[in-house]
Amino acid sequence: MPPIEIDARVIANARLSSEYSVLSLAAPEVGARTEPGQFVMVKPAGVTDPLLRRPFSIFEVLRDAQGAITGVSILNKRAGRSTRRLYELEVGDVVSCLGPLGQPFRPVSSPTRAWLVAGGVGLAPFATLAEALAKSQTDTTLFYGARTGEELFYLDFFERLGATLVLTTENGARGTKGRVTLPLEAALQALGAGDTAMVYACGPEPMLAAVAKLAARYQQPSQVSVERVMGCGLGGCYSCVVPVKRRDDLSSEAPGAKEEHANLVRSCISGPVFDGAELVWD
Amino acid sequence: MAPDLSVSIGSLTLPNPLIAASGCFGYGLEYDQVVDLSLLGGVVSKGLFMKERQGHPPPRIVETPAGMINAIGLQGIGVHRFVKEKLPLLRERGARTFVNVCGTTLDEYVEVCKVLSQAEGVAAIELNISCPNIKEGGIQFGCSLNGTFDVVSAVRKATTLPVIPKLTPNVTDVASFAKAAEDAGADAVSLVNTFLAMAIDVETRRPKISNVLGGLSGPAIRPIAVRMVWECYQLVKIPVIGMGGITDARDALEFMLAGATAVQIGTQNFVDPFIWAKVLDGLTDYLTRHNVARLRDLVGAFDPTPPTAAHA
Repeated sequence: MPPIEIDARVIANARLSSEYSVLSLAAPEVGARTEPGQFVMVKPAGVTDPLLRRPFSIFEVLRDAQGAITGVSILNKRAGRSTRRLYELEVGDVVSCLGPLGQPFRPVSSPTRAWLVAGGVGLAPFATLAEALAKSQTDTTLFYGARTGEELFYLDFFERLGATLVLTTENGARGTKGRVTLPLEAALQALGAGDTAMVYACGPEPMLAAVAKLAARYQQPSQVSVERVMGCGLGGCYSCVVPVKRRDDLSSEAPGAKEEHANLVRSCISGPVFDGAELVWD
Repeated sequence: MAPDLSVSIGSLTLPNPLIAASGCFGYGLEYDQVVDLSLLGGVVSKGLFMKERQGHPPPRIVETPAGMINAIGLQGIGVHRFVKEKLPLLRERGARTFVNVCGTTLDEYVEVCKVLSQAEGVAAIELNISCPNIKEGGIQFGCSLNGTFDVVSAVRKATTLPVIPKLTPNVTDVASFAKAAEDAGADAVSLVNTFLAMAIDVETRRPKISNVLGGLSGPAIRPIAVRMVWECYQLVKIPVIGMGGITDARDALEFMLAGATAVQIGTQNFVDPFIWAKVLDGLTDYLTRHNVARLRDLVGAFDPTPPTAAHA
């Protein structure tokens, strides 16, 4: 399905902390087309600062009481000028939104287990994935690491879906103290012979590298969602490239077309989700 | 009757003056799902050398006030793969395909143009003698009057396709480069490429993009680009294709009044990939309001009479 562009009204902007907010947008057409792991490009409408939209994983597909899709939300963390503007938006403000874009996660089903590994704001693509996995009754565990206990969000959301939660914080205030890769490695070690877990990961790039390497070490498949500076989201600008080992393409380009044989591929159309074993980690 | 938006560049007639700028539209096909490529006046491909190129490491862009700096480094698939994999699909979609040609040597420009001359479905060649981001990206030709003359002359002899050198604004007198291109047999010139620029992260004291230097584009550069188009229009007889920060029909008209026969849209396509239909509607609306039957009659119709100081 081609992406659509919409000037979407802000339905809610729930501040979860002084840095994080969940920005809900009235974009039912985007929500209806969304597959877990896809993203939208957004910026406040009608302004030249910021000029370019920024990419965000689609966090939730929003529904009304009758179950009809009403929009999408994004999990925003204040980091720079653009994300600060988004954090400050109020109900009724308008956001320019293009999407859904990119390659989604490839879902798994029983007996393969789904292990979702999130670091900080990297929780974003896993709400929709966890919903899809719950629907197919796939055994799902969320490994979720944050700096502090207050920055572990939406735990009840994932619990309601039946996911097992494994939490870590850097300060040890909640869950295990340390990085999320510690309990992940323990789980990989404990995995029975013949059992398979698909390791999904989203978070800071060093975390993604560590997760992909761990999964490979224990002969488990992985899918990682990368984040790069992105200009257009449609494959036009070649800003968001990532190094991959493979040469063919998963992009949405015209049939028969292939990604350039240079091994830098555009994460907007060939990603943001990649097989962890395909990426070159420096 | 609907106003006539068509324009002519040498032997080439385009249904309207809106062309997607090189490096801002992939190979065109990336936008197939959001834009009917046949509705555009033309599509300029990413810059192509004989061989594939990897480009610069990321980060490759940074946003700046009303603009962006890029140093992609001409990542590309090379002319042979373009002809084989992209051109047939562009033809199928009815795109008027301009190919942006790069070279590290004069011979390479000639060779790439020869390959394109054999191919079916190339409307014109845009000679990239102005990429600011790689040492061997033709800028050594584009920053020297003799170099510009030589490369255009050599390509002129190698192809019958329209040849359109794309000029750099990073020179003192861009019009003299347009003249050198005209003297060497160019069918038109296009300008401006990006302005050499840099941005520093003051927290880390390091550059914001990996190549340190990059090219500035977007609305920030528009007034300078309009001035340069005006200067070229006054000096040369061949058509001028104007670009630099166009975001809507009024911006496009500003370039045309300053002397541009056609215009290219680049950065704004990132901001709004659906821009094309909006600008076309805006042009039609303007012509209707001003009772102008043919858009081409506005080319260079700028009136330099100073405005009055008082508000009306």
